[in-house]
Amino acid sequence: MSAHAMSMHAPRSHAASAASADPYNLKPGEHSTGTTIMAIPFDGGVVMGADSRTSTGTYIAVRVADKITQVHDRIWICRSGSAADTQALTDYLRHYLGQLSVETGRAPTVKTAAHLMRRMIYENKDNLMAGVIVGGWDAVDGGSVYNIPLGGSLVKMPFAIGGSGSTYVYGLVDHKFKEGMSKDEAKALVEKTVAHAMARDGSSGGIIRTVVITEDGCDKQFIPGDQLPFGP
Amino acid sequence: PKASSYVTSHGLLLRSSLGVPLLCRGVATSFRRTGTLIAPPHNHKVLASLAFACIAAIIPLHHRPPRLGLAVSPSRLVSAISSFLILLHLLLVVMSAPISLAPGGSSSRISARAGLEAATERTRQPIVTGTSVLGIKYKDGVMLAADTLCSYGSMAKYKDARRLTKINDATLLGAGGEYSDFQSITDLLKRNALEDKCTADSLYEEDVNEECAREVWNYLRAVMYNRRNKMNPLWNDLVVAGFSQPAGVGDASADEDKPFLGLVDKIGTTYEDSVIATGFGSYLAIPILREKHREDLEEGEARALLEDCMRVLFYRDCRALNRIQIAKVTKADGVLISEPYEIETSWDSASFVE
Repeated sequence: MSAHAMSMHAPRSHAASAASADPYNLKPGEHSTGTTIMAIPFDGGVVMGADSRTSTGTYIAVRVADKITQVHDRIWICRSGSAADTQALTDYLRHYLGQLSVETGRAPTVKTAAHLMRRMIYENKDNLMAGVIVGGWDAVDGGSVYNIPLGGSLVKMPFAIGGSGSTYVYGLVDHKFKEGMSKDEAKALVEKTVAHAMARDGSSGGIIRTVVITEDGCDKQFIPGDQLPFGP
Repeated sequence: PKASSYVTSHGLLLRSSLGVPLLCRGVATSFRRTGTLIAPPHNHKVLASLAFACIAAIIPLHHRPPRLGLAVSPSRLVSAISSFLILLHLLLVVMSAPISLAPGGSSSRISARAGLEAATERTRQPIVTGTSVLGIKYKDGVMLAADTLCSYGSMAKYKDARRLTKINDATLLGAGGEYSDFQSITDLLKRNALEDKCTADSLYEEDVNEECAREVWNYLRAVMYNRRNKMNPLWNDLVVAGFSQPAGVGDASADEDKPFLGLVDKIGTTYEDSVIATGFGSYLAIPILREKHREDLEEGEARALLEDCMRVLFYRDCRALNRIQIAKVTKADGVLISEPYEIETSWDSASFVE
């Protein structure tokens, strides 16, 4: 147990929000989502994007994985880190949010979802390797994005990138991002950024999945690997 | 009491005097072994003699000198000798400290070096790496395929790296693994080829006796094995393609000069086969190649087969790229290496999810 906790410190010393795709922190046989994930809020909603590569070491276990998971009607999670850990966490979160919405009679806010997720990650930080981005639309705040990196800190952000591939595109996003983008601008930036990350990160690749969440609904799309805006 | 104390003090003297020959023997062995006067740090005899001397030194201090009428009492003599021995042992300990006259570092550093990875003396890890290389024999000769990616750890850093090179008009070399070692091997082989050419018996082209692929393969075996024996390998898996007989050898009968395809790995293992693959290709591509390979494949079929395997590798290898090069060696055209081009990929199955 303590040995595993020790090995957890290595990825934390890397970039702030990146879950390292280093396979040596995984238990034997465990899958990692060496990944690129991203979310940008716009006026009226959120665009979330991710690549589709799940790797164990250098073998691509799944080349069309779905890393953006729905936990409520208008709340989605981008998952990075250990696939098992993040799948378990999102299952729990879906359960809690379902219960909450029945008890309160209204849709939970993204802030609530993010805080719940953060509690789960923080209180089990020694046993988990999960970095997530919680994004969605609610009537209180509109579109919002929360980044929850490895240790369980919760940061509300104007945009969020995560995963091992994110380290390659910090410069690009810093350059291109501006506040108050429209839906199409945000979607284009997400697709372009994820494509650039996939071009350079060996642990990211495949297709680009995007989800656009607005008050009216959720629009799930993907760009095939041979029609990427850039690369591979 | 007097007699026993006399005997005991003599016994101590005896014991401490045993320490001296032990010490001397220890130093002498280390001198013989290393050629210099380094104190062996883990020599048990030395430690034992040190322990003896300490005990011998301490005990006489509490001993009452027996009255024997000697000018110097035995116990004092013993304690004098023992303190001298202690000084000698202290000197020993100091000598085994970092100061050393031997070339290559001190004895204490030698044990610490086991943890270091000094690039000049031990196996190091590859930094910039290429992934699989595939090869098949076909009707006209041999064909190789490799992608043009060199990774820097998990980063796809160099996307236009050439991992297939021509050695001479009859030999093609492809490599996965450390790119710098591959470049160094290419330099070495090209140097040899140039030397062959300049020292040839005749300057006429038709009389030239270049190394054939089989000879290059065998030479590389020796090179790689030699480096492996020095625990400093060239970190590559090499694929050699070409023909079995040197070009221009007039007496070679037609059936001796067959297409040749062989592998040399980083520790000097060699084998030849009709289908060869390195890295991930040996897991993912070899089954496909063995299934589909025939000796009489046309060039187009051979190329399609290799492209198919490279596509699978791009799907399933984190360190692969969909930009590839194909190279062939034939009797008619010699060595031809294509420019890099992108292969098509299919992502239809992505629509399975929702």
